Amino acid sequence: MSRVAFTTNLQRHVACPPCTVAGATVQESLEAAFALYPKLRGYVLDEHGALRFHMAVFVDGTPIADRRGLSDPVSAASEIYVMQALSGG
Amino acid sequence: MSDQLLVSTRKGLFSAHRTARGVWDLDSVSFLGDNVSLAMQDPRDGAWYAALDHGHFGAKLHRSKDRGATWEEIGVPAYPTPPEGHVEKDFLGREIPWRLMRFWCLTPGLPSQPGLLWAGTLPGGLFWSEDSGATWTMVEALWNMPERRKWAGGGADVPGIHSVCVDPRDGNRVVVAVSSGGVWHTQDCGKTWTAHTKGMRADYAPPELVEAPESQDPHRMVQCPAAPNIWWIQHHNGIFRSTDDAMTWTEIKDVKPSVFGFPVVVHPKDPDTAWFVPAIKDERRIPVEGRVVVNRTRDGGRTFETLGRGLPQSWAYDLVYRHALDLDATGERLAFGSTTGSVWISENAGDDWITLAEHLPPVHAVLFV
Repeated sequence: MSRVAFTTNLQRHVACPPCTVAGATVQESLEAAFALYPKLRGYVLDEHGALRFHMAVFVDGTPIADRRGLSDPVSAASEIYVMQALSGG
Repeated sequence: MSDQLLVSTRKGLFSAHRTARGVWDLDSVSFLGDNVSLAMQDPRDGAWYAALDHGHFGAKLHRSKDRGATWEEIGVPAYPTPPEGHVEKDFLGREIPWRLMRFWCLTPGLPSQPGLLWAGTLPGGLFWSEDSGATWTMVEALWNMPERRKWAGGGADVPGIHSVCVDPRDGNRVVVAVSSGGVWHTQDCGKTWTAHTKGMRADYAPPELVEAPESQDPHRMVQCPAAPNIWWIQHHNGIFRSTDDAMTWTEIKDVKPSVFGFPVVVHPKDPDTAWFVPAIKDERRIPVEGRVVVNRTRDGGRTFETLGRGLPQSWAYDLVYRHALDLDATGERLAFGSTTGSVWISENAGDDWITLAEHLPPVHAVLFV
């Protein structure tokens, strides 16, 4: 089970405390998190399931490579961090 | 007579009301810190809508059934998934993403169409909702129209629909204005679309495209509710009026201090009376000679009065966006807000103005409720 944490700036719009989810990829892990927090999906992903332009996802400290398909692998011990990209600041 | 004004700004939705002493005061703010691109009141049930543009987190829509005391987040439109490998570009070769970037207008349907809303969006989208914004459907006939590919960015980097006028005589008849991309009519609730821009000109376009429908950059379009054959457009190139139900347009020239601007409002009962906020065009986009003024015509555009009593008349550089001028249902109360956070109100059709605010965030839109 990997752990997913969200930027505190998201908490102002959607309550989404860190959660522990199962998933072999970022996509599967985020889907599991969205099952807990349905409103969160539209804040992180666009209508086609791609990561929003000004959002960033890190897996164990490394930004994901596949921002569109979210296919980056996740291990059971992974820490996934969903945050804002400074480009949108 | 409206005693309350909503001001949509870069950093929140502010409310002001007229006190018993006849003074206008700011009284509350919703979404403080968030970019509120516009607000709308549904005259059928009184609900308020606020469109937010979070930047990082995308465009959102909220609704209040208690005049802003509480808000609930509702649905947003979704663009269709482009064909695999498809990358759409505008006619200048710049990429147009197929995703919701911003709400640019929200328009209720007729009283006979409860729950029906229209949304104009960036980039170039038109959507409708039959359930007061819970779910949205794209008007695909307009999106898939080959001519849409000729639309271009005007007020934003990508083309957008900023004016949606539902005919008070027939709710299936809708006219939209695109910046930049002309004026498009449907008679069958969105199934088919036709451009009607005869009479408009676009001096900024190459000579052979000056009269092309897709070249036209209407900044704002309004229809007189009591005389729905009469339409006004503040266009990039000047002021245009139609007296034949938006089929053809007549340019109104030689308006001082400028024919350029973004907003226009028309009197709800008198189609010959309309207001504009002139500015120096194109590369500067500031008030002429640093004077904030409002232009009013009462004779269908034959003559204009330039109204500045109570407005700053020197060293003022307030620009007024296309949705940042509003008129109440009586046609007597006007309000407008500027990019530098000023808001002014008139209670006598623009003859005199009072300052509501000078230090708000940049104003996107104002609305009497």
